[in-house]
Amino acid sequence: MMRGPYGAPHFHLPDKKNILTMATGQSEIPDSVLKRQRLMDRAFHATTAVAAGIVLILLVGIIISLFIGSWQALSTFGFGFVTTDAWNPVTEKFGALVPIYGTLVSSLIAIVIAVPISLGIAVFLTEVSPEWLRRPIGTAVELLAAIPSIIYGMWGLFLFAPVLANHVQPWLQSTFGDTPVIGALFQGAPLGIGMLPAGIILGIMIIPFITAIMRDVFLTVPKFLKESAYGLGATTWEVVWNVVLPYTRMATVGGIFLGLGRALGETMAITFIIGNTHRLSASLFEPGNSIASTLANEFTEAVGDAHTSSLIALGLVLFLITFIVLSLAKLLLMSLNQRSGKKS
Amino acid sequence: MDWRYFRRRATNVFNLTGSVFATLFGLFWLFWILWTTLSYGITALDWSIFTQDTPAPGGTGGLANAIIGSLIMVSLATAIGTPIGILAGTWLAEYGRSKPIASVIRFINDILLSAPSIIIGLFVYELFVVRIGHFSAWAGALALAIIMLPVVIRTTEEMLRLVPDTLREAALALGAPRWKMVTRVAYRAALSGIITGVLLAVARISGETAPLLFTALNNQFWSTDLSQPMANLPVVIFQFAMSPYDSWHALAWAGALIITLSVLALSIIARVLLRKARMEHS
Repeated sequence: MMRGPYGAPHFHLPDKKNILTMATGQSEIPDSVLKRQRLMDRAFHATTAVAAGIVLILLVGIIISLFIGSWQALSTFGFGFVTTDAWNPVTEKFGALVPIYGTLVSSLIAIVIAVPISLGIAVFLTEVSPEWLRRPIGTAVELLAAIPSIIYGMWGLFLFAPVLANHVQPWLQSTFGDTPVIGALFQGAPLGIGMLPAGIILGIMIIPFITAIMRDVFLTVPKFLKESAYGLGATTWEVVWNVVLPYTRMATVGGIFLGLGRALGETMAITFIIGNTHRLSASLFEPGNSIASTLANEFTEAVGDAHTSSLIALGLVLFLITFIVLSLAKLLLMSLNQRSGKKS
Repeated sequence: MDWRYFRRRATNVFNLTGSVFATLFGLFWLFWILWTTLSYGITALDWSIFTQDTPAPGGTGGLANAIIGSLIMVSLATAIGTPIGILAGTWLAEYGRSKPIASVIRFINDILLSAPSIIIGLFVYELFVVRIGHFSAWAGALALAIIMLPVVIRTTEEMLRLVPDTLREAALALGAPRWKMVTRVAYRAALSGIITGVLLAVARISGETAPLLFTALNNQFWSTDLSQPMANLPVVIFQFAMSPYDSWHALAWAGALIITLSVLALSIIARVLLRKARMEHS
């Protein structure tokens, strides 16, 4: 027998008509009514399907329009677009190396800061905190994600940057400045704006995303696993490190990738604080540029097709990078759902 | 005391204390940022903010045109994004279910959910602004609608899935056609959850700046013409905060306060509703 989507037998409308006749005792339902209902059914199904199809169309549309828009730049500069560091609207020489470097480095700093903090908060929320504190603190951390990115930017520029320039950066410089290799990261004037401040703010911004996923996946660990470990005499930390984390490894990494995906595309906060300078520099104190901030700054003021096209090409690069990172995140997160038998 | 035992205990205490400090570290930023917005915003806030338009460089004025512009564009975006999002979520929950194509759509939807909003701005610019030849409020609303779509789709599907299949079967067994079952039974059961999704989506687009830069741009003057560039709070804040004028900075802080308060209020209401909706079904 054919089965409908709910596991129940699938009745066609004529059958339903008979059932209705039996149930209500009415002799007949007019064919016109049945016809109209059948039509409505089809129309409703089709409308929802079209709406769902819009998601696919959007993705394809975004990729195609970015390709078309960036075609001029890509055909002029070829693969060299992503490996050269020139960015000169006057001579119309464009290379994406500086913004790509800035995007990757600032996101990397963000991950380095956000991952241990998020792990800490997730452990606190699932293992340490008393029951009554979990919800308010969980909500507070989530609110960090609700604050618009432009507010982070203003706060970063007017309040965080001065603190960084006057207190944190001089300290970093005097502590690590003379260390070989690492020292190079902390050279230059402590301005409070640049790659490091941008990375720190990005880190704060992605904490709630990573925390939320870590907390949710930690909660999927079966109780008996944890209790077995406790029964063997493990400490809380040992349970976290040897039971919870190994059990949720894939999904935890997925959460980190999701945070990375967010960091890569973050625009407004970075635009305020990264310094917007097209220069490649080893020092994290120096101003730089990211793909998103370059777009935000230059796009509406771009003169000439080559400039606009190169900016759209930057957008294409950003979209491809985030697409890959977010896909990986999603695949890693799906591994957990498969194990616990849930559909995503 | 056994040395190894002591070390294990010490590691445990040290790391768990670390988790407390990590939490305090996270909350510290939230309070610092909120405190900053509140204290600077309240100082700058007065009635002229709501009655006067954005001033010329260095001048004094208000944010009336930007507030109205933001309201218009967010409402338009909600009007476009909500029905499409709910219908798409309906398809995923009621018709697609475990079909392979439904999994593909879910996957892509989740990626669009986290995709950089500035890319959506570029897309609408290419699709709309280039064709028409100038920036417009319509383009801004469209960009915002695209950004809210994945949020609505996701919550609608999630909420419809919480509705027990026995309810659906009961409706179908009574002879209700499928579309009636969905609209009269499933939607009603999932209503508060679906509204929550829309609220969350509105909260998300209210503060979005990047996609508006390339679509609605900005307008120094009062304008309700949807086919022209329109002032909006996020872009005004961006422009004013980056300027060298103190009077513009003050207006930017006032705008920041308005946006932050509305976004936080929306997300807190949405969260409370969501918790209720989930509890009803579990």
